[in-house]
Amino acid sequence: MTVEIEVDSVSKHFGQVTALDDFSAVVKSGEVTCVLGDNGAGKSTLIKILSGVFPPDEGEVRVDGKKVRFMSPRDALKQGIGTVYQDLAMIPLMSVWRNFFLGTEPTRGVVPFRNLNTSWAKQTVVDEMGKMGIHIRDPEQRVGTLSGGERQSLAIARAVYFGARALILDEPTAALGVKQAGVVLRYIVMAKRRGLAVIFITHNPNHAYPVGDHFVILKRAQVEGDFRKEELSLDRLMQMMAGGEDLSNLVEELEQLATETGEADLAAAAHGIKDEVEGLHRLEGTDHRDETSA
Amino acid sequence: MTEESAATVAGDEREARRSVFKRALSRPEFGSLVGAIAVLTFFSWRADTFLTARGLANVLDPSATLGIMAVAVGLLMIGGEFDLSAGVMVGATATMFALLTADAGLNIWLAMAISLAFAVLIGLFNGFMVLKTRLPSFIVTLGTLFMILGANVGLTRLITDTVIVSGVGNVPGFDFPFKIFAANPVGQFRITVVWWIVMTALATWVLLRTSFGNWIFGVGGDAQAARSVGVPVAFTKLMLFVYVSVSAWLVGMMNTFRLASASVSTGIGQEFEFIIAAVIGGCLLTGGYGSAIGAAIGALIFGMVRQGIVLSGWDSDWFFLFLGVMLLIAALINQIVRKKAEEARS
Ligand SMILES: Nc1ncnc2c1ncn2[C@@H]1O[C@H](COP(=O)(O)OP(=O)(O)OP(=O)(O)O)[C@@H](O)[C@H]1O
Ligand SMILES: [Mg+2]
Repeated sequence: MTVEIEVDSVSKHFGQVTALDDFSAVVKSGEVTCVLGDNGAGKSTLIKILSGVFPPDEGEVRVDGKKVRFMSPRDALKQGIGTVYQDLAMIPLMSVWRNFFLGTEPTRGVVPFRNLNTSWAKQTVVDEMGKMGIHIRDPEQRVGTLSGGERQSLAIARAVYFGARALILDEPTAALGVKQAGVVLRYIVMAKRRGLAVIFITHNPNHAYPVGDHFVILKRAQVEGDFRKEELSLDRLMQMMAGGEDLSNLVEELEQLATETGEADLAAAAHGIKDEVEGLHRLEGTDHRDETSA
Repeated sequence: MTEESAATVAGDEREARRSVFKRALSRPEFGSLVGAIAVLTFFSWRADTFLTARGLANVLDPSATLGIMAVAVGLLMIGGEFDLSAGVMVGATATMFALLTADAGLNIWLAMAISLAFAVLIGLFNGFMVLKTRLPSFIVTLGTLFMILGANVGLTRLITDTVIVSGVGNVPGFDFPFKIFAANPVGQFRITVVWWIVMTALATWVLLRTSFGNWIFGVGGDAQAARSVGVPVAFTKLMLFVYVSVSAWLVGMMNTFRLASASVSTGIGQEFEFIIAAVIGGCLLTGGYGSAIGAAIGALIFGMVRQGIVLSGWDSDWFFLFLGVMLLIAALINQIVRKKAEEARS
């Protein structure tokens, strides 16, 4: 059950804004593709195209060599693509189990009497969340009353449960504690081992680097770089995610603030970042760029 | 078993067993049930004829047709939309049917089928307009309301020179559909009450026990999120609009067979009664929350107050005062419920 998702010269515009410009990349099964980039770079736009939320304005997406045009996320789900959206796509007023199965409800019985298999659904949610280390006290609890991390875990558990061939995660670890973030990283590796194609979006290089096989850097709607893990060190990745120059500016600002307020902590923080940036600049000599995205 | 429960308690000491009472309290229809009991108690005390078979029949009779509509409108509201044309659709389907069969001489069943098809069409029209234009359904269906009202009055006057189509009772084959829609099978109790109970039970089952019901909550709670997880949002909303129009047709048939005539003014202004009954029953105006049983109880409260005021010997004008007070109380309760469900953390 392998899958290959080819994104070919895809663009997306929102009025005057170009959210994604001539983007191309190949996502293979058994691999974790990390999409990295600043806020507003177009990462979520990319995953929304892949999940069928909206079609691209130009270019095409191919799954296993066949051009697909998802009219709705339902089409993508049918292809076995499970997605954790950045906004989680949860309905606060609905219960945990109803949210988990919304759109893909388990039923029993024949047509006029076909009805929800509620007991099974509730048990499954409790089990799946339990696997993530989250104890659901009552599957009837409304999602609006869950904590931010619990809600995010629920969205991840749902995507993992329904994503049979591909798993797309848009900043899934943003609200998570260290333990749950670790669980999510393990899930990603497990999904990859099962032969799923995984797309992982994060702002945290310490999360991206250990699990990623393939890194696509987005900058202002365009591909800045497309690397295999072998071509990239963690330091280099960190530098690219932060943008070396921007960091130097930050150091200056922090130093200025430190002298103004006389805060020792701020000065120390500025020094720390300065050291790191200098370290990164030294590494720049060993930079391999690979602009040939298939 | 004891080991297991001990383990869960140890696993999370915040584990709180919710009592039956607490569960009941969190149901959307809970407030309306308390209200219904209060109203029933009050009027049984005020008027001794209230709790007689005749008194109850008089309460249930208007409650039934209102209830069928309130349940449909309630489901649509849970799905996040309004239908202000629901009231005039009762009159429009009725006059259309009466004109076709009593005036044009069409077979009674054929006339019924044609007016039913018209109801389905109007439901689809409302749904498509709302989905395509992305205008609020409040505005779109307000437009439909006046279009249907205008066309109905205009056409009926043009054809019959009056606003009432009579003579349905003389149409061949009247008796059997009369039995289905308007007879009194048990004493003074109308068959409409049976329809009301069946439709409420069916709506409750669909809402709570089927995929479609889950979709209704989803599209009303957050249509974009629901779409993102694979709910066919357009289909769900379309079906709900059709369900409301078809319910209006059903009530239109009930009225026509009972009176053996149809008036164009039937149902005018009732669209708000449907919405109010649904809100009293715990349906949120903003969608995503509510129940079919609640809407039915809301309609029952309506019927009780209306009949209770008459039996208490008061002027019927007081009805509206009651209505306003009840609506405000219900809306306040709903707001608290919503806040609790969305924000409060256990
Ligand atoms: N529906 C929309 N309408 C208008 N503009 C949009 C819409 N969606 C995204 N954009 C714009 O497209 C650009 C890319 O947005 P996108 O959400 O893809 O960024 P992102 O890389 O996911 O950022 P972040 O890291 O903050 O999540 C932004 O400038 C955003 O304002
Ligand atoms: Mg984003």
